[in-house]
Amino acid sequence: MNELVFFINNVIIAGSVTGSIYAIGAIGVTLIFSIMRFAHFAHADMMTFGAFMVLLLTAAFPGVGGIVGLPTPVVMLPAAMVLTALLAVGIDKAFYKPLRAHGVKPIVIVIGSLGVTLMLQGLIRLFAGTSGQSLYMAGERKEIYRLALPFEGVRAPIVITEPQIILFVLTIACVVGLHLFLNRSRLGKAMRAMSDNPDLARASGINTNAIVAVTWVIAGGLAAIAGTLLSLDVTFKPDLSFFLLLPIFAAAIVGGVGHPWGAIAGGFVVGFAETLAVFNWAVLLRPIAHHFPEWLELPRNLAFVGTEYKIVVPFFILVAILVWRPTGIFKGKVI
Amino acid sequence: MNTQDKRRADLVNAPSRFPLREVVLFAALLAAILGVYLAMGAAYSTRMLVEAACYAILALGLTIQWGYAGQFNAGVMGFVALGGYCAMAFSVPVNPAFWDSELPGELARVLLYAAAATLLVVGATRLDRLGVPKRLRTVIAVVLAVVLYLVVISLLRGVTGEIQSRAGFVGGLGLPAWTGWIVGGALAGAVGYFIGHICLGLRSDYLAIATLGIAEIIKAFLKNSDWLTRGTATVSPLPWPTPGPAELGFTLARALYLSVTAVLIAMIFFLLHRAYHAPWGRMVRAIRDNEVAASAMGKDINKRRLEIFVLGCILMGLGGGVLATFNSLFDPNGYLPLNHTFLVLVMVILGGPGNNLGTIFGAMAVYIIWIMSEPLALAVMNLAVHLGDLWFGWEPPRNIESRALQARVFVIGLLITLVLRFAPQGLLPEKVRHHG
Repeated sequence: MNELVFFINNVIIAGSVTGSIYAIGAIGVTLIFSIMRFAHFAHADMMTFGAFMVLLLTAAFPGVGGIVGLPTPVVMLPAAMVLTALLAVGIDKAFYKPLRAHGVKPIVIVIGSLGVTLMLQGLIRLFAGTSGQSLYMAGERKEIYRLALPFEGVRAPIVITEPQIILFVLTIACVVGLHLFLNRSRLGKAMRAMSDNPDLARASGINTNAIVAVTWVIAGGLAAIAGTLLSLDVTFKPDLSFFLLLPIFAAAIVGGVGHPWGAIAGGFVVGFAETLAVFNWAVLLRPIAHHFPEWLELPRNLAFVGTEYKIVVPFFILVAILVWRPTGIFKGKVI
Repeated sequence: MNTQDKRRADLVNAPSRFPLREVVLFAALLAAILGVYLAMGAAYSTRMLVEAACYAILALGLTIQWGYAGQFNAGVMGFVALGGYCAMAFSVPVNPAFWDSELPGELARVLLYAAAATLLVVGATRLDRLGVPKRLRTVIAVVLAVVLYLVVISLLRGVTGEIQSRAGFVGGLGLPAWTGWIVGGALAGAVGYFIGHICLGLRSDYLAIATLGIAEIIKAFLKNSDWLTRGTATVSPLPWPTPGPAELGFTLARALYLSVTAVLIAMIFFLLHRAYHAPWGRMVRAIRDNEVAASAMGKDINKRRLEIFVLGCILMGLGGGVLATFNSLFDPNGYLPLNHTFLVLVMVILGGPGNNLGTIFGAMAVYIIWIMSEPLALAVMNLAVHLGDLWFGWEPPRNIESRALQARVFVIGLLITLVLRFAPQGLLPEKVRHHG
């Protein structure tokens, strides 16, 4: 049973955490892709920017969270979301819109977004330094819950931290909110219309500029959530972006590009695949090892890949999906 | 009126005219190089020139992909690192502690097991030809693959751990450096073939994502395979193909190396020039400019794209090998997306994608600016710290030097976006010759 608890801690909880973060990131990527038709490489740095804003706000107003009963960074999250959304709209106005107006190929805008990535990275590192920092400041601690299981002989508890619970709650809230927005509100329907056919949408009187702005606001807000919760779960690191980009894009493509629901599914697929791949399966096999024949000696480490090769997993998922089903699980539209 | 007499506007750029722009730009470049020589001394400046020449090879590789064919490779770093690894593996002296033990045999045995396991799995995927139902075949193949993979990987972990603890690392082959360069190019080309085969039929964005991923994977592999590359402990010195600084002194030895790279660039330039003006080059450009029309003419689009992509990757591997040998150091951690992907990208889009001369100009100019910007950034940052201290009593953070260098990241990013917006053709635009 202890092994099972170990499995729950290391795979189910850890997988859900990374899965939620990838899912929230991938929703933004997939929305941008479906409205503006390009792969937005600066998304991971927008996530870092959101987390950095939270870091600054938390440093500016320490201890505010104590009044509400939440960690201060979480209280600061809405303000950081607004700031990141403003940044996203500003970046679009300054860099992507002129390129779009020139009628360049989508790949040129992709390169432009790489330029934006570097600019954001440079700015964040200029002000935040290159080392990791904790978002918990001024005596706040990460709350850790240990749930002991009421079974005979189970010593190890299930461990879950406060930011992880907040992350699950926020993920569900985002998904429900986005679903209602896209399916019920006028603006959301206009967005879907534009993703289906931009020319027809414009011809039927939809203000495409407004839709583009709304897309950036949503993508920026979600990026801020994902970045902050990632930094809460571990620490704030300014140079995560290239390691986040690949899983997020893999999630968006696995789910079918331009498909918000697919992005969520893809995020969890990639997240669980990563944690399953680095999980040491020898732990689960050891209790039944005495049933094995004599010549079969169980090695100590039976993980598929070491943690240092984690990035290989999303890449192979990406390759597999591109080879067998380039449209993704849920049949994305653009290839 | 005879239509033949009308001069078309796009003939203005025709090569028959005096190449004023080229002459002016290269004269400015020469002046800058002379300035650096005067300011920094001969040994330093020659070193800078050799590195710029290595970057020119990388930039030529990228200009083929991006300029000739419109494919965007966001993972130059990975191919450069592969080339560097091969240069190291072939030229470093043989490690007797490894070869005199039984470890090579052990390693070969595990590799044979891996090959046998691959054959078994491939065989299992063909089981449906023997009448096994397709769904059952898939299950068998997947289970077999997982189990065999785990067996082979745990055997490999045992052997590599043994190598690491007893022999340090595998060591090199003790061959001349140029063999490593050639093999590095070939290996990079093979990886490029794998990526291109998957991605080139799809949207161009997917290629960018996949190359970005493979670059990080190659780096992670080289960094963590201590038994193969000594990982973060780095390997040095790598022997040069020319007499080293110990025999000739720094300036002369580096000048000799520079002449080797210059010959390489001249050869690549000549071959690319011929290919560009050959029917093959016209076909490639036709595909880039209008894919539908080219395929209607019966051109094999995906095959041409794959050729171009692999060719570019080969050049990147070659350039990476030359660069690693010159630095005389193989450090997997030293391969950074900024220095080895985005710097090359800036060189190409600033110099002129699709124009080989422009690309070489861009490589030289951008590299000189890049090298010179390091002291400049530090000076500006120190000035800012000084003023901040003077005016606001600002206490500067400790790691101010490393932060100042981050400002260059910002400048590179800004440069990319500005060039794309205002000078998408680059400083020396591609010349399209119109016949008739």
